[in-house]
Amino acid sequence: MLTIGVDIGSVGTKAVLFDGDIVDRHLEPTGWNPSEAGHRAMESLLKRNSLSPGRIDCVVSTGYGRKSFAEVDKAVTEITCHARGAHFMDPEVRTVLDIGGQDSKVIVLDDHGRVLDFMMNDKCAAGTGRFLQVMATLLEYSIEEFGAVDPDGEMQKISSMCTVFAESEVVSHLAKGVSKNAVALGLLESVAVRASSMLGRLGIKPVVGFTGGVSRCPSLVSLLEGQLNCDVRTYGDSHYAGALGSALIASEL
Amino acid sequence: MKRVSRIDELLADVEAHLKDGVLQVKEASEKGRPIVGTYCTFAPWELITAAGAIPATLCARGEDPITAAEEHLPRNLCPLIKSSYGYALTDKCPYFHFCDMVIAESTCDGKKKMYELMSRMKPLHLMMLPQTAEGDGSRSAWRAELDRLKDGLERAFDVSIDDGAISERISLRNRERLALKSLWELSMMDPPAITGKEQYLISEYCEFHFHKEELVPWLENLVSQIREAYDLGERRVGKDAPRILITGCPLGGAQKVIHAIEDAGAVVVCYENCGGVKELGFLVDEDRPPMEALTDKYLNVGCSVMTPNTSRMDNLKNLIESYNVDGVVEVVLQACHTYAVETYEVRELVRSTGRPYMSVETDYSKSDIGQLATRIGAFLEML
Ligand code: SF4
Ligand code: SF4
Repeated sequence: MLTIGVDIGSVGTKAVLFDGDIVDRHLEPTGWNPSEAGHRAMESLLKRNSLSPGRIDCVVSTGYGRKSFAEVDKAVTEITCHARGAHFMDPEVRTVLDIGGQDSKVIVLDDHGRVLDFMMNDKCAAGTGRFLQVMATLLEYSIEEFGAVDPDGEMQKISSMCTVFAESEVVSHLAKGVSKNAVALGLLESVAVRASSMLGRLGIKPVVGFTGGVSRCPSLVSLLEGQLNCDVRTYGDSHYAGALGSALIASEL
Repeated sequence: MKRVSRIDELLADVEAHLKDGVLQVKEASEKGRPIVGTYCTFAPWELITAAGAIPATLCARGEDPITAAEEHLPRNLCPLIKSSYGYALTDKCPYFHFCDMVIAESTCDGKKKMYELMSRMKPLHLMMLPQTAEGDGSRSAWRAELDRLKDGLERAFDVSIDDGAISERISLRNRERLALKSLWELSMMDPPAITGKEQYLISEYCEFHFHKEELVPWLENLVSQIREAYDLGERRVGKDAPRILITGCPLGGAQKVIHAIEDAGAVVVCYENCGGVKELGFLVDEDRPPMEALTDKYLNVGCSVMTPNTSRMDNLKNLIESYNVDGVVEVVLQACHTYAVETYEVRELVRSTGRPYMSVETDYSKSDIGQLATRIGAFLEML
């Protein structure tokens, strides 16, 4: 059985071709037309694998554009898909922390990857990839350099989580001569504290898996481990978790 | 061709008359009947009508006047309060426009401070609501507040209210409560006879129908006709639609939550909110002296401004069981502290019955419609 899962996010559209395992994956910018993006992502997968559309048994969409995309058999929310995808990547995971470009979420799973509880923060940029990007630019770091600052170095505590206020706080610390590294570490720490309080509100069940673009900051991961007092796993392909989960759900329809 | 169902016809009729209330109030006002605006379930309807006045609910539902309200009020305030004030300020609400008097209660902090400003626009009678329904002190204070309201109405409209008139209104209102209760109880059936959206529509119509003597038999008849159609096999809700109970802040301006739930394939079977089945379970005791009976009825409204709010928790537990719900969604309006804090206790309560619970914070805008669809969709996928 061949299925496709398409995750139409606000920034990127991800698609996974699936036959019980990942056959191929595709990523492209969503742009202004989510349904077009979904269509293109599917086309690319089909073309690259020399498949005719008739060969695909089932398509499931997810992400914010899931409903605008007509060529699917079913639309499922990103929470459910993400949970299934993360569970496929790591069957031991029971708590998923996902921090993407615009939002963050925590999902608690059962042994089969089904959602037991979840929480979303999608109203404000605080603690998301967007926040880190603004701060990296301000500190004149690349996002990679920013995410890899020495976690054991000196740290300047940052008290505001709001992107706008944190920005002025950073500027004033730099003006006082605090090192860039210390400020960066303080910013990452504030993201870790925020994430761990979100996790705390739902109650952490081990193993904790960290997904989404922001999980690619190694220093954040170790700060988070310090906050939570437990291991935090990350996965190379985690930005495909939603698409993978929808392909998986498609294979069960 | 789609056959028009019996229930479709009934509902179309309700929809066509949804705006009649405005005309009724205008006519009554022109004939010299006093109009009294109310905002809360705590306002004693029976007393107001016994004074010969028409009580009109003002609890505002629209987003439009919020910007105007924010010129006087802080932004970080519950949308219900801002909308209520905004309608008054901009004179965009016909009901407020025709009001001769407003009855307010010292409920949450935001509301009672807003009323101070509102009293510049209309004569406003503030009832001092105790903070608790427990103890003799609170009860006697509330009893005295009812007397004070009675005096206030008598003086304002130059009438005298006797016990006989109050008793008459009590029995009419009780009959309306029972009729409304039977409307909500259409959802006790599995599947429910009509959708939650449709129920809400009918209840709004009733809320703004001011000739209760006509309304009550009409409503009784409507409910029995819907039942009849149901018994003849008419189904409007799928057999497998998850049954959801909504609780929390008043829904007037946040009906998008009902839509999000039902658009995702579930059905709202019970509203434990003001305007829903919440207060209907407790009738006013017709065998007791009327002012005494009214005191107890209204002191026991299960609102989060009361501490403790045992009445809400007990009622909620009951409703979850008797409506056989699959999950509970709590709606918290932005910046409503009392309900927001109570979500902790509600969550515990719902979980203790083994059912899933979710709270959503929202306002009156359309900006979070997509987010609501995702949150609620994910919640329903869990069931
Ligand atoms: S929730 Fe409480 S304060 Fe709000 S309308 Fe109902 S009774 Fe009044
Ligand atoms: S919803 Fe909350 S904040 Fe708003 S008026 Fe009612 S009790 Fe007050």
